[in-house]
Parts: sequence; C-alpha cells; structure tokens
Amino acid sequence: MRLTPSSVCWLACLAFALALPARAETIAVGQPAPVVVLPSLTEEGRTYDLAQLKGQVVYVDFWASWCGPCRVSFPIIDEIYQELAGRGFLVLAINVDEYPEDAMEFLEALPVSYPVVRDAEGETPAAFGIIGMPTGFLIDQQGTVVKIHQGFRKSDADWLRKEILKLLES
Amino acid sequence: MRVLLIVIALTALAGCASEPVQPWERGTLAKSEMQWAPDPLEAVLRDHIYFSKEASTGGGGAAGGGCGCN
Repeated sequence: MRLTPSSVCWLACLAFALALPARAETIAVGQPAPVVVLPSLTEEGRTYDLAQLKGQVVYVDFWASWCGPCRVSFPIIDEIYQELAGRGFLVLAINVDEYPEDAMEFLEALPVSYPVVRDAEGETPAAFGIIGMPTGFLIDQQGTVVKIHQGFRKSDADWLRKEILKLLES
Repeated sequence: MRVLLIVIALTALAGCASEPVQPWERGTLAKSEMQWAPDPLEAVLRDHIYFSKEASTGGGGAAGGGCGCN
C-alpha cells in the first residue's frame, strides 16, 4: 500500500472514529426501568432489586457526596418518603461516589430513612444514561419510567409530591 | 519502517479519543483544589470587573462544582 497524504488522513479519521465510545442513550419516559440489583450502603449484607419492588411507586435517585443540589434534595425527598411510605411509595437512592466513606460522611450530615444503595462501578447510571447529578426517575407500579427529574431545587418539592400522589391514586 | 511509524502515530492519536468523563465520575473534578478559581465569589467579582473593563465576557469557565448539573 502506498501511503499518500490523503490515505494517511483517511486512516487517521478511521482510527479516531473507531476509538470514540458509543454514547449511552438516556432512558425515556414510557420505557421500562433498567435492571438495578445493588448492595445497600447502610445495611450490611442486604441487596435491593428494583424488579422486586414492582407494585410500588419508586423514586430512583442518583446522588453523590460532591453533588451540591443533592444537599437540597435529601431532606425534601426524605420528608415526602416519610409522608407517603405507608401508601406504597419507596425511594431508592443510588450512590455513585468513588469512596464509600464520602457517602457515609454525607449521610451522617443528612440522614435519610429510605434505602441507600451503592454502585461504585457506574453500571447503573450508565444503563439509565444520566447526564447530570442528581437525576431522579419516578417509576410506576408496573416498573415503567414515568418522570425524569434532573437537578433539584427547593421549589421542586411540590411538583414531586403531586406526581407521586397522582401515581399512588391511579 | 515508515509504515510502522505512521501506524504507531495513528494508534497514539486514536488514544486521544478516549472515554469522556461521565457525570457520575466527576467526584475528583468537583474538589475545591481542582477549581480554576478557589473562591467562587471572588471569581464572579473578578469576572464582573473584567467584562466591564474589557467589554468582553466568558471563557472563564462556569460556576459550580463540576457535577454537570448546571
């Protein structure tokens, strides 16, 4: 093969394109929630499986100790959880911190009563295709994603409570 | 020899197209010592002075912890 400048250029483009990773698709509203089987962060030896939570309305919340808006969301989501837990609502918080100590420190400052699991490998956030932290997925009783919520502000509390109540009453 | 060199160069170039940092992998980037300006308030103030003097703005990076949530 003769290496002309143009063929080198094409080869360079090809090599570059091949090395580019395929970007994960974000889960869309109406799609079934991906598989989540993760160990608990706070309860030793316990594993949570999202598929086994069918029949309940679940808010899957991706968070990390370094995420600013998560500090706002934790007390608010815990309040909603405590209010609606008896009516078939559950929160599953998925921590993506590199070191579990960071997550534990965060939970000591902002304790919550709902289950917190940990995914150190980042497989679950990749499966959900999250593009920012925090991202919450509201999943209905059939395991379908109904709402996706990125970021968190204090003013989101009412909206979230309303959406959960809508599902619980359906 | 020349072909080998070009192949090595292309492989090295392809290495630049590496996996981008994912939103859930930004823990280290979010640390305060990784920030361009350690004090966000001072950075905003300086940027404000800069754009009023220079009639140009931007390029100083976004405020926030690098969590990809802004």
